[in-house]
Amino acid sequence: MTDRPSDLPLAQGGSLGANPSFFDLVAREHPELLQRVAGPSGEPLPFPHGTTVLGLKFEGGMVMAGDRRATEGYSIADDKMEKVFEADDYSAIAIAGAAGQAVEIVKLFQLELEHYEKITGDRLSLEGKANRLGQIIRGNFPLALQGLVVVPLFGGYDERRSEGRIFYYDATGGRWEEDDFHATGSGGRPAKSSLKKRWRPGLSREEAVRVAVEALLDASQEDIATGGPDPSRGIFPVVLVVGAAGVTRVADDDVRAAYESIVGEGA
Amino acid sequence: MSFMPYVPPEQLMKDRSEFAHKGIARGKSVVGLEYADGLLFIAENPSATLHKISEIYDRMAFAGVGKYSEFEELRIAGVRLADMRGYSYGREDVRARDLANAYSQALSAIFTQQMKPYEVEVLVGEVADDGVGRNEIYHVLFDGTVSDEHGFVAIGGHAEDLTAAVKGAYQEGWDLATAVREAVKALSSAEGREVSAAAIESGVLERSRPQRRKFRRLSDEEIAGILSA
Repeated sequence: MTDRPSDLPLAQGGSLGANPSFFDLVAREHPELLQRVAGPSGEPLPFPHGTTVLGLKFEGGMVMAGDRRATEGYSIADDKMEKVFEADDYSAIAIAGAAGQAVEIVKLFQLELEHYEKITGDRLSLEGKANRLGQIIRGNFPLALQGLVVVPLFGGYDERRSEGRIFYYDATGGRWEEDDFHATGSGGRPAKSSLKKRWRPGLSREEAVRVAVEALLDASQEDIATGGPDPSRGIFPVVLVVGAAGVTRVADDDVRAAYESIVGEGA
Repeated sequence: MSFMPYVPPEQLMKDRSEFAHKGIARGKSVVGLEYADGLLFIAENPSATLHKISEIYDRMAFAGVGKYSEFEELRIAGVRLADMRGYSYGREDVRARDLANAYSQALSAIFTQQMKPYEVEVLVGEVADDGVGRNEIYHVLFDGTVSDEHGFVAIGGHAEDLTAAVKGAYQEGWDLATAVREAVKALSSAEGREVSAAAIESGVLERSRPQRRKFRRLSDEEIAGILSA
């Protein structure tokens, strides 16, 4: 790649204003990094799949969580994969689907938000972030047709409305807002049933973390591709809490405590 | 038919240089200095939103003086270069020296080839990793001249007076509050009047900041608090 100092791209000519999109910058300067070439169709190559992720609202924001398993066919490809990420200081993204593609999309999305913030000096609105993610997912559509489907869950704290919000997507980039909770991936259905029973408006932060852990535990018991907590090896779901103070990752010890109290009740 | 009269290259460079100098001399100044926990940039700036000091990358910041539209263009180009490089390689591969060189190349080309040189000077600062390496401050002039500064550096309209004022007081290992107070004192003495807290723009690269991005703006309240203490 040609990243020499003399490549410093100055804004000469072109349309009015500096484009604050990192995605557009990559597409313009280094399109080879975003290659979306569709290969010959047929039996898809085996690749790891991320499985169950979920998000739910609580009193002061939203919680996002995901199990740690990635599968490749009937094998476990990875038992420690992280599928829930901080998108920026006030939002989080979780991914299910083709793992390699998904991680790349997350990286691009994180940079998109950071780049916008640095160029304009302002953070995007939560609505703006959600829309942008939809456009990036739509860009992945040719690969989705080949089986490299990526379906993210996006959520964060809306500083203008002072509340948590959750958005989910389909492979075409379609975007919907969820009022209470949502789960996606192979164990999304059992996780959603669990959330439906346990979720109620006005949960506290601790209750919300517990509900999330319980839903993932339920999913792991119903779905072969969802990994349950593994206390003996110290593997627990990733749980992020997004509130007015920003994104924080719930410590493994707290997730373990939530898990043990659920198991103690004979869930 | 029009024709260009012959102008000796020495004269041409001298005229351009004078033009750029005059443009920069009309503007405000920025001082950048090393303190115990990183780098501090401070400037008098009546606008709260049109910044002279900005974040470039995780451990890198930018300060510009002169014509706003021109150093803003350089800032945006710098953010693009840094983000692009961090994406293609790794975040730790984005270095201030590379950006300073890129600015130097770009400004030098503009100085010799364009109708008018840019009336700007910029600083690129990089705070050292925890316990590894050292802070770096690069100073790039309108003609592409680049220099590597240590301790402190002043650029802009009153750069000479400001340098003299900081030089008299500067000590290594100042804490943030002392650094801010001394820098504001130097700004006031260089301007020959009291610079009020509300007109101060300041940003720091804080080594001890837990986040990956070390840049932080000091709020008006924080600056007022430091100055009144």
